[in-house]
Amino acid sequence: MSTTASPPAGHPAPPAPPRMSTARALARILPYAKPAMPWIYAGMVAALLAGVIALAIPLVLQSLVDGPLATGDPSQIWPAAIAVLVLGILEAVFIALRRFFVLTPGTHIEARMRNGLYAQLQDLPVAFHDRWQSGQLLSRAVSDLNLIRRWLSFGFVLLIVNGITIVIGFVVLFSWSLWLGLLFFVMSVPLWIYGYLFEQKYSVIARRAQDQQGDLATAVEESVHGIRVLKAFGRGKHSLLKFAEQAELLRATEIDKAKAIAGIWFWLVLIPDVAFALCLLGGVALAANGELSVGELFAFFATATVLRFPIESIGFLLAMTYDTRAATDRFFEVMDEVNTITDPAAPVSIEAPTGRLTFENVVFRYQDAPADQPGILDGVTLELEPGETMALVGVTGSGKTTMTALATRLYDVTEGRVLLDGVDIRDLTREELRRHIAMAFEDATLFSASVRDNVLLGRPDLTEDPSAEAAAEAERVLAEALDIAQADFVHSLPDGVDTTVGEEGLSLSGGQRQRLALARAVAANPAVLVLDDPLSALDVDTEALVEAALRRVLATTTGLIVAHRPSTVQMADRVALLQQGRITDVGTHSELLKRNEHYRYVISSLEDEELAAAERADRDLKLAEQEGRRRDAIDREARVIDSASDGPRGEVAR
Amino acid sequence: MSVTGVEGEERSNYTRAESRQIRARSLRLLGSLVRPVRGRIVVTMIVIVVSIALQVAGPALIALGINQGLPALLDSNDWMPVSLTVAAYLFTAIAGASLIALYQVMSARLSQAILLDLRKRVFLHTQRLSLEFHESYTSGRIIARQTSDLDSIRELLDSGLNQLVSGLIYMGFTAAALVLLDPTSGLVLAASLIPLLLLTRWFQVRSQKLFRQTRVASARLIVHFVETMTGIRAVKAFRKEPRNATQFAGHVEDYRHANARVIQLFGIFDPGLVLIGNVTVAAALVVGAFRVVEGELLIGTLLAVVLYTRRFFDPAEEMAMFYNSYQSAAAALEKISGVLEEKPSVPDPTTPIDLWKAKGAVHFDRVRFAYNPETVVLPELELSIPAGQTIALVGTTGAGKSTLAKLIARFYDPTEGAVTLDGVDLRKMHPKDLRRAIVMVTQEAYLFSGTVADNIALGNPEASREQIEAAAKAVGAHDFIVSLPQGYETDVNKRGGRVSAGQRQLISFARAFLADPTVLILDEATASLDIPSERLVQRGLQTLLADRTAVIIAHRLSTVAIADRVLVMEHGRIIEDGTPAELIAGTGKFAQLHAAWRESLV
Repeated sequence: MSTTASPPAGHPAPPAPPRMSTARALARILPYAKPAMPWIYAGMVAALLAGVIALAIPLVLQSLVDGPLATGDPSQIWPAAIAVLVLGILEAVFIALRRFFVLTPGTHIEARMRNGLYAQLQDLPVAFHDRWQSGQLLSRAVSDLNLIRRWLSFGFVLLIVNGITIVIGFVVLFSWSLWLGLLFFVMSVPLWIYGYLFEQKYSVIARRAQDQQGDLATAVEESVHGIRVLKAFGRGKHSLLKFAEQAELLRATEIDKAKAIAGIWFWLVLIPDVAFALCLLGGVALAANGELSVGELFAFFATATVLRFPIESIGFLLAMTYDTRAATDRFFEVMDEVNTITDPAAPVSIEAPTGRLTFENVVFRYQDAPADQPGILDGVTLELEPGETMALVGVTGSGKTTMTALATRLYDVTEGRVLLDGVDIRDLTREELRRHIAMAFEDATLFSASVRDNVLLGRPDLTEDPSAEAAAEAERVLAEALDIAQADFVHSLPDGVDTTVGEEGLSLSGGQRQRLALARAVAANPAVLVLDDPLSALDVDTEALVEAALRRVLATTTGLIVAHRPSTVQMADRVALLQQGRITDVGTHSELLKRNEHYRYVISSLEDEELAAAERADRDLKLAEQEGRRRDAIDREARVIDSASDGPRGEVAR
Repeated sequence: MSVTGVEGEERSNYTRAESRQIRARSLRLLGSLVRPVRGRIVVTMIVIVVSIALQVAGPALIALGINQGLPALLDSNDWMPVSLTVAAYLFTAIAGASLIALYQVMSARLSQAILLDLRKRVFLHTQRLSLEFHESYTSGRIIARQTSDLDSIRELLDSGLNQLVSGLIYMGFTAAALVLLDPTSGLVLAASLIPLLLLTRWFQVRSQKLFRQTRVASARLIVHFVETMTGIRAVKAFRKEPRNATQFAGHVEDYRHANARVIQLFGIFDPGLVLIGNVTVAAALVVGAFRVVEGELLIGTLLAVVLYTRRFFDPAEEMAMFYNSYQSAAAALEKISGVLEEKPSVPDPTTPIDLWKAKGAVHFDRVRFAYNPETVVLPELELSIPAGQTIALVGTTGAGKSTLAKLIARFYDPTEGAVTLDGVDLRKMHPKDLRRAIVMVTQEAYLFSGTVADNIALGNPEASREQIEAAAKAVGAHDFIVSLPQGYETDVNKRGGRVSAGQRQLISFARAFLADPTVLILDEATASLDIPSERLVQRGLQTLLADRTAVIIAHRLSTVAIADRVLVMEHGRIIEDGTPAELIAGTGKFAQLHAAWRESLV
């Protein structure tokens, strides 16, 4: 994969200066639109011809009225009528041609931009995705690109063509009568201004309505997802009140929207009709003076009718152009993003990794965090021997998840190095690194695909190989992985391992998803297995079974396991204790239990310690109570506990 | 198979009788929505009819000006007729424009009133429906009913119906004006209706199919996109990028293709309309011109005929779209009416019994619970929990622990027998008293958008800030809340945002503490806590449970230590019942579980 999925022009675009002219901002689409540009120009020519023909029909009418109708010669009617018919057919043909030329190429531009955006998004690091909600990205990938396509094949073409048509139309009108033409022209100016202002105003209200609609949808989602809480506390009425309030807001905005539409309708209906009425007065007066023939008066109204749409359209076409500019800016906002986690120029390769994983003075800090603040990881040094299993233990916020994410370069270290078999992981391609190190996350993501495809996700070597041996091997790996993760429930799904799961398929419970995610990591058959609290949603019995099976895998594979429970720790050969971004102790579980108080605090069973602690606390409380300082004592104690438990920021994974 | 309620919603092979049944119920719903506003509908219709009549007058007035005004001016220099005509034209312009604006606002008020009514109805009904319904009808579907389905109805009311009504009236009046002005030209226009109808019908049939294809294609594209972005870690970790790119390109191409076909359809329909219009104009011109030469028709009238004929086709394109929005709105209404037809299986009592101050004695009186005759969860349960006792429920998955808890919280009603609180059947108790007395905290500690304080206040909306903080302190949540960026005013974002699972759980404990119920049920509520947090909570729990009845379901046996009494369940029956110490000392199931658990510890 290329390191930056840039526009087809090849070079990554420079970051946008604060304010570009609209024309220049829109010109950035050009690299994507280039192959289609000849078609777009051809469409413009066709549209222009259609416009000119529409304007020519009144000319024929004029000659008809002033010619045969005035002289009373019926023989001349047919040629004129046939001319009108032919012109009418030609107009339809050129309109059809415009659409034919422009529209299919337009969809190709849209598709090209969409694929480019998707490639860029897949390539950008996880840190980028932490900052951007998928909804924002989605609106760029769908509605913004849709708007750009419509503007290219419709707005842009018509803006230019209607502009030319208006100019030609007015030349014709002026040629008949300077005064009538001028009158009509002056009357159409407010339409342009109002049309443009309307779109500006309307898009603000429409945006507001959209936001409120989003808020309302959120309220609905929460009322459904949180229905147990609402029912448990009997707060259904309460939430209805809140919902009704929001629905009222939306209604008020929708009515504001209708008022804005009513405003534009008022002017769109009023101004042309007033212009027609005044032109009627002026036209009849001019005709009475003999300055205008009846045919010209006739044709004047016919032409003015033809020009009505182009004139009305200029305002909203301009507004559409500005909207498209905004959409283009949003698109390039993502495309201009510089990827900070890329493949090296000269990648190193490890043929057969033994699985020695080393963290060397690793510091990790969020990019936007001030430099003087200590990092999430603040100088971590840890070495995992080949085949060794290391448990990572620490309170919430101590940096456990961050450490697991650094090993596969989901994030890059701020300082220090992570080494695999002595090679800096930044010297490997990302593809190779992630082939050697597989992960299972606490928050198990499944994709809309079969159970088989989800579990064998890390084995394209098997799934994309059509040979029978590969297929057999794939089946074996699948069965083994499912067995280790105790995921035999898949066999009772409607289609067994071929059942589609994920968004579009069967929904599974949290525990089931976790087991499949674990099976996926195991099936990848990596040199190093990184497990971030992968059993948190399992019940105790299943957990014990999975742990027993995992031990077999971990006997030969290097493992880094985030653990919250003593039982998980027992799978590990050694335990590393993370405390405020540093490894403060490494040793076996029983060693640490013996010598490290913080470790006991974090992991030791409640039974042993809690009884003693509770007794102690009770005694303290009683004493404090006697002194009338009961509250203070709880506060103080809780504060001590918390100062140890909370890092400066939540874990990276959140 | 029945189609009552939401049953058979996903089917597409309804029998004739079933279709009739569904249509009837959605018509009933429509009727009940329209009835309160029917007076306003009539007024709105009058406004639009008058407005369009005024707008359509224009070309006739131009004809009048040329036919009468021009000769009068030429013959006798009489400005009267043309001035009158122009004045009339100006009047129709101003009045027509004002009325159309008025119509826009009136119709928006109407459709918004109907929508608001429907929104509230569906929302309230969703809240009323029992958990049993929500567990079988997925959250995605019930959300879709209230969002995208309501959107398609809004679309129909907002633009589809508007365009159809004003388009029909416009065409009707234009045709009428033409016939009044010159009946012969009316015949020409009538002839043009045949190709117009054929073209429109063809467009409707084709577009319905093609629009559906675009919707399907775009839905696939969106699902794939969102799955990739939300699962980006897994995508990267398992090197799915190249495979994804291929798949996505396939979806993009399908969507592009479907879109291109729709556009091509318009590429035929739109010029087709222009063609029919232009040919009709030419025909009207021929038919009129000969009569002008023969003096049977005035030149101004011919101009009006040409203008009317041309304008007649203006609304056709937008009207053709009506059918599509009508179709999707009708489908949406059918589904919504199905949800509204669902009866809550845990209904509010008709004559509720008040229980102002509950003591907390819970009794299961020969309770049987079954989802259906085949799957019996609790065969027959007899259990008394004295006020103030803390009970721990132990047993394997599927033993019926959660069901027992949900029966106390009245998330379900028993199939047979009764659950009582202080002797009052829960089914007869006033819902407010029931919810005040009994609160259940589950493993999934759901946070609503808003601040931390808002979320705790859900337990008691009238609570003061001091009470909220006191509750947080009592369960050990205060310190982490204060360390958040804005303390109690920190926005928890969507679905819990930056707050960890354990912290969410602490907030939900604070919520329960603030509600101060007589009976508290904890269903696996400590499962997602890490040990330090759990320790913190355990301490909080002792305060929380001190003087109330409590039922705790926990798979970590450590929690059981604080119970007065342990119930071991298996296959929906209680097989052991005693104090923790008694059971541990014995030889039963609990003693075995406890021994195994001790072993797993160190």
